Amino acid sequence: MKRFVSLTVNGRRYELAVAPNRTLLELLREDLGLTGTKHGCGEGDCGACAVLLDGTPVNSCLVLALEAEGREVTTIEGVARGSELDPLQQAFVEHGAVQCGYCTPGMILVGKAHLAARPRTTAGEVRRAISGNLCRCTGYQKIVEAILACGERPEEGGR
Amino acid sequence: MSGYAFIGGRGARLDAPEKVSGRATYTDDLTRPGMLLGALLQSPLAHARIKRLDASRAAALPGVAAVLTWENAPHTRFGVSPARHDETVLCHDKVRYIGDELAAVAAVDRVTALEAVSLIEVEYEPLPPLLDVEAALAPGAPQIHEDYQGNLCAQVEQAFGDLEAARASAYLVRTDRLSNKMQSGAFLEPQCALAEVDLRGRLTLTSSTQSPHYVARTVAMVLGLPEHQVRVVMPRVGGGFGPKAAASSLELCTCLLAQLTGRPVKTLFTREQVFLHARARHQFFHTMTTGVDREGRLLFLDHEAILDGGAYASFGIATAYYAGSLLGAPYRLPAMRFRSRRVVTNKPACGAQRGHGGVIARALFETQLDRFAEELGLDPIELRLRNVMEEGERSCNDLAMSSLGMRECLEAVRDRSSWKLRKARPGGGRGVGAACGFFVSGAGYPIYRSRTFHCTVVTRVDESGSGVEVQSGAAEIGQGCDTMLATITAEVLGLPLDRIRVRSGDTDLGLDLGAYSSRTTLMTGHAAREAAEAVREAIVAVLAAALGVAPGAIAFRDGRVLVEGAEAAALEAIRTEYRREHRGWSGLPEGGPLTFAEAARLAFLERGTIVGTGKYRPPPLGGSFKGAAVGTSPAYGCSAQIAEVAVDLETGQVKVERVTAAHDCGQAINRTQVEGQMHGCVSMGLGEALMEEVVFDGQGRVANPSLADYRIPTALDMPEIETIIVESHEPNGPFGAKEVGEGGIMPTIPAVLNAIYNATGVMIEELPASPERILAALRARRAREPG
Repeated sequence: MKRFVSLTVNGRRYELAVAPNRTLLELLREDLGLTGTKHGCGEGDCGACAVLLDGTPVNSCLVLALEAEGREVTTIEGVARGSELDPLQQAFVEHGAVQCGYCTPGMILVGKAHLAARPRTTAGEVRRAISGNLCRCTGYQKIVEAILACGERPEEGGR
Repeated sequence: MSGYAFIGGRGARLDAPEKVSGRATYTDDLTRPGMLLGALLQSPLAHARIKRLDASRAAALPGVAAVLTWENAPHTRFGVSPARHDETVLCHDKVRYIGDELAAVAAVDRVTALEAVSLIEVEYEPLPPLLDVEAALAPGAPQIHEDYQGNLCAQVEQAFGDLEAARASAYLVRTDRLSNKMQSGAFLEPQCALAEVDLRGRLTLTSSTQSPHYVARTVAMVLGLPEHQVRVVMPRVGGGFGPKAAASSLELCTCLLAQLTGRPVKTLFTREQVFLHARARHQFFHTMTTGVDREGRLLFLDHEAILDGGAYASFGIATAYYAGSLLGAPYRLPAMRFRSRRVVTNKPACGAQRGHGGVIARALFETQLDRFAEELGLDPIELRLRNVMEEGERSCNDLAMSSLGMRECLEAVRDRSSWKLRKARPGGGRGVGAACGFFVSGAGYPIYRSRTFHCTVVTRVDESGSGVEVQSGAAEIGQGCDTMLATITAEVLGLPLDRIRVRSGDTDLGLDLGAYSSRTTLMTGHAAREAAEAVREAIVAVLAAALGVAPGAIAFRDGRVLVEGAEAAALEAIRTEYRREHRGWSGLPEGGPLTFAEAARLAFLERGTIVGTGKYRPPPLGGSFKGAAVGTSPAYGCSAQIAEVAVDLETGQVKVERVTAAHDCGQAINRTQVEGQMHGCVSMGLGEALMEEVVFDGQGRVANPSLADYRIPTALDMPEIETIIVESHEPNGPFGAKEVGEGGIMPTIPAVLNAIYNATGVMIEELPASPERILAALRARRAREPG
């Protein structure tokens, strides 16, 4: 039996009828066509599906769509302003923090949430913040450098 | 410095903006009108005879569009090596591992497809599962395949030099062993396939693959379609690392379901299915007897390997050769014997993974070198420096060192790490370890024996002259080959990267063997250079004729075409014509040399569309012995790494604190991407050294089929990595370039093992070096040396 859920995604309000077992990930990808959020494991292990729920990173594969009732979701599609990339997105481009790109949306959203909470951050804090987001390509180093470059006091990579 | 305008720079990846903004499209992001979802029935038993399979209830379920079983699927055998075609789309007589495919369903949605799969009834006669090489090799063991007598899928025997004489003259001889556990590729994107058939019967398969070419050939062969009726496309691919290089039943079933239904069908693996399907790193058991002289010079290596290959051959024949051949260098080794056996067992098939075949062999050999250094009282790096080959040398197994910056790599990591502070006497919980690595830049032959070119590139100038499109079948899986192709084209045409588009990963665009054996930069890079040069020559010829100058007077730089000695009036005539074609436009060229667009437009006006083509096929590479094709390469990359570790002697926990890595990639095409490959190699190597292990239960079921229980390094596990790019000039590479994507993993495991030994005095004989294994080794040593 489907139920109604109303939520805000990237600043736009949606009302949808969803099955109670539908995940937020499925709602985003299949109902709204926001495929920037990636499906890597479906078990909350990899972080590829991370989105911001009221500004806090969550694995959207572990959140039921109905739990998002009345809440605000930010996906990777909501980070850039039109065709102008967010400074963190630009830093990922410039620092070579992207390879296959599958972890990238989750990494950027978690990085943004971290920088919002800790603008004067350190490499160690960044590593802790993204430790729930797996990347098999980069060894994380250039990702850490890209996030640090967007902090208030950019530091060289390292701890 | 190189003097290149683009090569050796740090240009941003072409696909980075789409990937950071969520616009990059991977296979599972695609939908089609009327698309059905596919699902597979996979065996729950590791080894069993199929007595009956009844799919009638599944077919009757509302919403099910098609059911595929052995009855209506092709029976053509396929596989990677043509000599070992041992797979069929669906099982018929037997299942050979938990995950072997029995049936496939296409339905209106995934829930219905999964429900239909659950309604298929299969009656099995269980057979004893053979879950390790001992069981499979035991006399009287049941045969998993009729063709593999004694469950042996491949046997390799190679010998070079006079082993017995070398053994007799050796000052020190030692025998050591090392084994690993099966590894998972653990790429973030699970495999996914989308197939559609057009109204002329042409099949397009969009797949998360590393080799559209091999997949297209397999699809055409198995489905019995003429080759022009099959197109394989890869959109963005979320990592591959080897396991995505072989065509799979997932892909074939999806194609067949699309044919049966006439509708697009998409099938996606779950993460668990990625583990079940595997085709990742083999389990290796290596035994090496090695001898050196008094000065630590290597005299011989007598090497035996057993590979647990799982249920099918996949890439495993090549694996069984690489496991031996890659030890022929980078050290002078006068005599080498290699014997290996690849054994089939009732586990997921193993195949290629980053550092194909050579990783565990390299790990054991490099730890042996450290033991020799210790026995001889030599610094381990000094011992290595006494043995490294130099450019121009040839190994005992006929690998030609056309370039080799091995010495430079070793000296660089020695000088830029804490090596000088390393204590010679092991113990104390902190350690430093060094090791080297060596890898091919592409294989001499495709996986099917053929004279075929390994790649083609078509570079086409827009008719406007304003931009250039590079078309290639190369497989961009995240390693950055699109950007490499654009960079080489930019260099040849003196044209900024933003004027160049790359289309790749599509069998309609050209032939390319795919992303494996670290081949793309060297091979497809060559073809891209040739294609761009053909474009340049065409433009030069038109321009030289129009301006009455010699072709040598024309140069391409900064988006301009510089012509020496041309009359101003003739140049002005070209410009006037160009401006006349663009009345009302802004930003038209004014003053200064001709723009690329003006020159290329003139070439079009004279000759029609300007297209350059390029191709590459390796030259004959030496070695007439059996298996010489696996290991000989147009060029070889090499690397050295130093790992600094802290080992908690109470818990056995290893913390890698720092890695210093040097890699000789020849001329770097893009330095940022070279570093990225080096980082990725170290990351996968550290995972395999310390934590990665596919665990099987007593029935052959993967006990840890998730990224929580199969642990790969997180950001907290990774140390700071210092990367040093060593640039030899590789004469066989485009602009002197060669591999970095796989060779960089080679030194990581042995550097860590040598550092653990330096920290604890214990040798690890089974990977990963988990806390349990380290504690067990420490306990065993205490028991041997009381007090």
